[in-house]
Amino acid sequence: MRRTSSSRLIVNSVGRTAIFLTFLLAVSAVESLAQESPYFVTYDHYLEEPGSLEVEYFSNFATQRGGNDFNAYWLEFEYGTTAWWTTELYLDGQTTFDDGTIFTGFRIENRFRLLKSEHVINPVLYAEYEQISEADKIMKEIEGHDIEADHAVPNAILREGHNHELELKLLLSSTHNGWNFALNPLATKPLTGGEPWEFGYAAGVSRPLALKASAQRCSFCPENFVAGVEMYGGLGDRYSFGLHETSHYLAPVLAWNLPSSWTLRLSPGFGLNDNSHQFLLRWGLSREFSGFGSMLAGWFRGGR
Amino acid sequence: MRFPITSAAMLFGIVALTVGIAGAQSGDSSMPKFDKSVYAELARAPVKAAARPNPLESDPEAVAGGAKLFERHCAECHGASADGGKKGPSLRAEEVQEASPGALFWLLTNGVVRKGMPVWSRLPEPQRWQLVSYIKSLDVPPGTTNH
Repeated sequence: MRRTSSSRLIVNSVGRTAIFLTFLLAVSAVESLAQESPYFVTYDHYLEEPGSLEVEYFSNFATQRGGNDFNAYWLEFEYGTTAWWTTELYLDGQTTFDDGTIFTGFRIENRFRLLKSEHVINPVLYAEYEQISEADKIMKEIEGHDIEADHAVPNAILREGHNHELELKLLLSSTHNGWNFALNPLATKPLTGGEPWEFGYAAGVSRPLALKASAQRCSFCPENFVAGVEMYGGLGDRYSFGLHETSHYLAPVLAWNLPSSWTLRLSPGFGLNDNSHQFLLRWGLSREFSGFGSMLAGWFRGGR
Repeated sequence: MRFPITSAAMLFGIVALTVGIAGAQSGDSSMPKFDKSVYAELARAPVKAAARPNPLESDPEAVAGGAKLFERHCAECHGASADGGKKGPSLRAEEVQEASPGALFWLLTNGVVRKGMPVWSRLPEPQRWQLVSYIKSLDVPPGTTNH
């Protein structure tokens, strides 16, 4: 019964998404910036172009043992403040099948490029403040002792627990011969409750399907596709650092950068141990608005 | 309201984001935001990098591919005709046209981050050379000088 209901929800969701996508692709005709990485969890060292706003919708479906499958989602507004500083706002929510749909909180994130030019390894500092409930299931990062069983608890109970966290990452990334290699160690400090620092990691490798651009404008040219794989998981906390009671995932990733500045991403993920969800399916749709900052500045000056 | 301070914090975040956007984009948007000193960045290319030849020099499709890439990634700042935009300088200027392909490739790869030009190493190397081919194919407007 639960599976039937879940299937119906997924079918409805896919149907609505297909209509939404068709509409969006039909109305988008302006060619502009779009060369996005395929990663969902891992970050490379490339920041948003200055003055550009990227609006992104992501979805994370997960199977759940001992509970109900769920689909978590988040809306992301990513703005290139300067060529070395990108700031983002996330709004998170989730639907747990046969349970409920709830808003689970928000995150504010900043990324700072530390070196002014390109090096073999390029470091970027990532700082995020998040105010989310324990019902948050977007799994944007896996940290500490996050395990599948955490998500088996009904929403009514989970939503009563609140997390205020500071999360720091060092984004290390290198691109060579079209291949991008990225490694993101992370540390999270809960700001309430006296809980210890928690640790985790994400790593990814990706490459465009073609390194040279074709002469014609095209949607299906191989250079518009970037494929790769990412792996992410927890590393315990300050008092129990290591792999004990942690979860880990391996996920192929694919991005399709459309000439109309839309990007579609898809990533099936697979749990690597018994503490992990067995299967994740992530997808995302994003649209970049270049010149957004200038447009907004124009509005501000309009009344002068 | 599940979070007592959610609304206030979100409002603060949105205001901070907006102020940041406005601050970053402040100034008269009708005027170019760059100065001619950006061209001097080309001279910073290491000798070895500046001496690199364009491997796509004889590729007949390199310019067309570069034009497509320029439209997608560069025109927003440098103008649709590459003659300068609100944020980026003209690429038809003598300083650019007289620069070696290697120096242009080096600048594309490393950007001028402190002056607003992002690094473009996310584009694979052949695509950066295609962009160089396109830029070098541009005409310098008659009588134009930036010296």
